[in-house]
Amino acid sequence: MKRPYGLSRKEMKKNIPFYVLLAPFFTLFCVFMLIPVLAAVLLSFTDFNMVQTPNIVGLSNYVRIFIDDEIFMIALKNTLIYAVITGPVGFLISFVVAWLINEMPRAVRTGVTLLMYAPTLAGNVYFVWQYLFSSDSAGFLNNLLIQFGVITDPITWLTDAKYNFGVTLIVIIWLSFGTGFLSFVAGLQALDPSYYEAAALDGLRNRWQELYYVTLPQMGPQLLFGAVMQISSAFAVGYHNKALTGFPSTGYSTHTILLHSLDYADNRYELGYSSAISVVLFLMMILSWVLIQKALKKFTD
Amino acid sequence: MSTITALYQRIRFNYRSRKRVRLSRSAGGTIGIFLFLLLVCSFMALPLVYSILQSLKPLEEIFAYPPRFFVYNPTLDNFRQVLSLTDNLWVPFSRYLFNSFFVTILGTILYVSLSSMAAYPLAKARFFGSKFVNQLFVWTLLFIAEVTAIPKYLIVAKLGLVDSYFAIVLPYLSSTMGVFLMRQFMVASIPDSTLEAARVDGASEYRIFGQIVLPSVKPAWMTLIIFAFKDLWNAGTSAEYIYSENLKGLNAVMSSISTGGLGRTGAACAVAVLMMIPPIAIFIYSQSSVMETMTHSGLK
Repeated sequence: MKRPYGLSRKEMKKNIPFYVLLAPFFTLFCVFMLIPVLAAVLLSFTDFNMVQTPNIVGLSNYVRIFIDDEIFMIALKNTLIYAVITGPVGFLISFVVAWLINEMPRAVRTGVTLLMYAPTLAGNVYFVWQYLFSSDSAGFLNNLLIQFGVITDPITWLTDAKYNFGVTLIVIIWLSFGTGFLSFVAGLQALDPSYYEAAALDGLRNRWQELYYVTLPQMGPQLLFGAVMQISSAFAVGYHNKALTGFPSTGYSTHTILLHSLDYADNRYELGYSSAISVVLFLMMILSWVLIQKALKKFTD
Repeated sequence: MSTITALYQRIRFNYRSRKRVRLSRSAGGTIGIFLFLLLVCSFMALPLVYSILQSLKPLEEIFAYPPRFFVYNPTLDNFRQVLSLTDNLWVPFSRYLFNSFFVTILGTILYVSLSSMAAYPLAKARFFGSKFVNQLFVWTLLFIAEVTAIPKYLIVAKLGLVDSYFAIVLPYLSSTMGVFLMRQFMVASIPDSTLEAARVDGASEYRIFGQIVLPSVKPAWMTLIIFAFKDLWNAGTSAEYIYSENLKGLNAVMSSISTGGLGRTGAACAVAVLMMIPPIAIFIYSQSSVMETMTHSGLK
């Protein structure tokens, strides 16, 4: 029988430095990340409510999510719409802008990069959207529209179920050029310029061909990193909705799975159920990660 | 042999000083690109510009009707108000300042070091379980952190870390984002042949890591510095882990100023602007060295 790779004495010895390098991070990872995640997954099979000893209830939390919880369905629908729009839009614009500024003078590059990243960098500046979309006639947008005669009465942008979804969508897109974008900027800087030279000699004619045949195939690993970060932010929307449109939003119009899970954890103390909701979200993200890996295969092999 | 190397270096140098071979670039395309960038940038800049302008407005302009976008009589009163509010705190203001910077800088240094160390084996070595660990690190990025807050708190408490700097720094270090980022850059920009050559020359793995791997992925760790600094700075010393006033960070002061009612609207904007300064300074510093790397490193 053949032993799995890396288990023979010789290979173990050769790999010692690698284990040494990995060990400090891996220890912290196990203690502060892996154990809490596993604990949350285990809790999803119980009825833990912070007070009584938890009982194992099997899959009943999951059954409840899909059979008995109408609000979850609203949250699911909203989360999918947010994810399907903000994920790809954020990813594409991040890449396109990073690529376009790559050839520009350094000052322009730094400036544009700063602007694109500033919303993420500056923590909670997003609250200025609240002033812009303020509901009374002193709100900036309302005032502008009234002055130009488009509307006569102020629109309650953040509480009217007709508008607040759109408003949060804009804010989330505005926030979505973060981690992925910067990794693209850095990735493009790390490319080997000699490939471009060779490609120019091989007769590539324009920037689109260069992008497709030279840049993208070399950027594969960074594209995958950007995709993971985009998935993790596009599906985990909710924080900014809560801050802008309140909780719960009118008719749950901007409710999301994250908010649903937090609601059960923070307000109702049904930790088992809350964990089950977050495991469902986790599985959705894994699924989209698998699909995206397939889609990007062309550039990553 | 050495003449060939010298010649090669020279070609390379010339090449770099010319920046990039120019392919034909259509004028229409260039104009289109500029318009597109202008549009995206103004969308991105609008709220930021607005909050800076707001912080410079005197109170009567903030509440002016109809609301104005631009500031007519710019003043630093809001910033002065913030300063005077920080004068009479229980704990000296400098203590909060120190706490924030200490936690942020220590955490950033540890995060970047530990993440790069862990990334090298995962990018370039094959050992039992390496594939699984790679996948595991990606999966945990997809698990929403909020749900793990309670188990995490229990662990921090069990280890006796509550109410110390470690309660903030250690849990942050367990995020796999940094390892994943460094790993992807190592996969993309370090050819296996370079590593093999160094091994044949008798270099130890630690030396290879320090002298070949780290310099080649400078753009990656410069970027990681931005991420870690921003996260730790904005998270501050989170309330659930820190009780002692003299261990709290700037966030505690700033949020108490911001929640002081209507009269402090201007001060709240000034606070937001002030809190942006350190991460933006780090950003500009790291970003310009990201963009310099290509012209300076001969290594590829």
